[in-house]
Amino acid sequence: MKVATAYDIEEIRAQFPILKELVHGKPLVYFDNAATSQKPRRVIKAESAYYATINANVHRGVHTLSTKATEAQEAARETIRRHINAKHAHEVIFTSGTTASMNLAAFSLGQLLLKKGDEVLISGMEHHANIVPWQLACERHGAVLKVIPITDSGEWDLGAIPGQARNDIFGEKTRILAISHVSNTLGTINPVKELIAQAKKKGIITVVDGAQAIAHLDIDVQDLGCDLYAFSGHKAYGPTGTGVLYGREELLNEMPPWQGGGEMIDVVTFEKTTYAKLPFKFEAGTPHIAGIFGLGEAFRWMEDYDKAAMAAHEHMLLEHATKELLAIDGLRIIGTAKEKVGVISFVIDGIHHYDLGTLLDQQGIAVRTGHHCTQPLMERFGVSGTTRASFACFNTIVEVDAMIAAMKKAVKMLR
Amino acid sequence: MTMSLAQSQQELIDEFAMFTDWQDRYEHLIELGKDLPLIAPKHKTDDNLVRGCQSRVWLNAEQRASTSLSDGTIIHFTADSDAMITKGIVALLVRVYNDRTPQEILGASTEFIDRIGLREHLSPNRANGLSAMLDQMKRYALAYSSKP
Repeated sequence: MKVATAYDIEEIRAQFPILKELVHGKPLVYFDNAATSQKPRRVIKAESAYYATINANVHRGVHTLSTKATEAQEAARETIRRHINAKHAHEVIFTSGTTASMNLAAFSLGQLLLKKGDEVLISGMEHHANIVPWQLACERHGAVLKVIPITDSGEWDLGAIPGQARNDIFGEKTRILAISHVSNTLGTINPVKELIAQAKKKGIITVVDGAQAIAHLDIDVQDLGCDLYAFSGHKAYGPTGTGVLYGREELLNEMPPWQGGGEMIDVVTFEKTTYAKLPFKFEAGTPHIAGIFGLGEAFRWMEDYDKAAMAAHEHMLLEHATKELLAIDGLRIIGTAKEKVGVISFVIDGIHHYDLGTLLDQQGIAVRTGHHCTQPLMERFGVSGTTRASFACFNTIVEVDAMIAAMKKAVKMLR
Repeated sequence: MTMSLAQSQQELIDEFAMFTDWQDRYEHLIELGKDLPLIAPKHKTDDNLVRGCQSRVWLNAEQRASTSLSDGTIIHFTADSDAMITKGIVALLVRVYNDRTPQEILGASTEFIDRIGLREHLSPNRANGLSAMLDQMKRYALAYSSKP
């Protein structure tokens, strides 16, 4: 780890080749990091070096390249284990992203735990990837999906769960709690550790969607106490098509496989197949080896550049943007929780988010518009969509000011 | 003599050629939206919503007898949107395709969109919807061309 120095934003920006791109002839201002973050050169190089020097399939061949590729993949697994403080490297399962991780979790836990009338508890701010897989599992097993309501500020309202007595969060039939660590739409940092502790007392299995947390918070899965923790690599400076499902060893051993195929088996006969040990039981088929290699590099990169300093920088951008945005006439921020990452969603009276996003793009500014894959949350706030700016370690105050100036121009055109 | 479809496309190309920067181009597009033949409230139904746009776009098509072609029928479009740029885009398409025969609509090129500097709206990005609007117009044209 590097010795902590002052946050050298120019040095960090120099790591990201894409920041030199022009959009409509203007310097790119990339504020869509909650959708996917940009990649530092080290990650891009690692992925390319994998193909150029050691490409081979993993855990198969006796030849040198296959051994090297296997070692590279397992080194990445160890890097991620260390980064999230898992007890064992085999508790880190590689997937194609959070969506695949949640589908694995919901399918497998559904098979293991859910019976007719059982309940799965999620929250009203979940991404569709942490809603739909559970709906599918509930349909398969006759279980019921219950939802923690959201307050006006964009936080859990734990005292108001339908069908539960006030201050009684879990029902007798609650088997699984599946919640996001950080909201992709609102930026809210949820008190997951406290809720997990309460769930554990009742023997409820806990699953955390960490897609928006992984690049911005220190994640310690043992401290959180969760059973499963899912995240994507591409939102944490890593390649697209990579992701992780962390699982507590004892639980993973009990969980049935999700996808069948090569790599995940022990012995196959037409009568019965026995499965490989962890983590391979959950990694059917050839993994995205090059991506995983890049993902390991992304995590080492974040550690070298001090994740805590990045988070502090992003928080400064959030505070500045919040103050400047609120000065725009008719603008309302959706999601005003006390604890937030650098995500800021807003609506402006009489202006459609699509129009605003289009006119910002013309000025080189990339923001996300729409429902952000959280349609129930949009309904909760009575809006059809929002405009969302989401920051990463390489964004600057100057860029925030450029967005504000561009917005003022756009608002003038649209009014 | 009314303009042919190609002439009407050329007219738009010429109109937009006057603008050198994005701001004027988009301001003109927003202005065009104000001239859009608005869809009647009773036609603002879910059935008339164009799928694949981030903003809501309603498009209605009616078959009418052509006044210039003795036995031809033409398609009359009306539309609306809750976003101003989208409304401008649908207005642009309606200006070109309105009151044309199904054959004209089906045979038309969409190159003019690119030539007026709105290329990004042609991408198959699910958010921007121009392709979805065009597809919808062509589907109406196809449906009416197969009717006796």
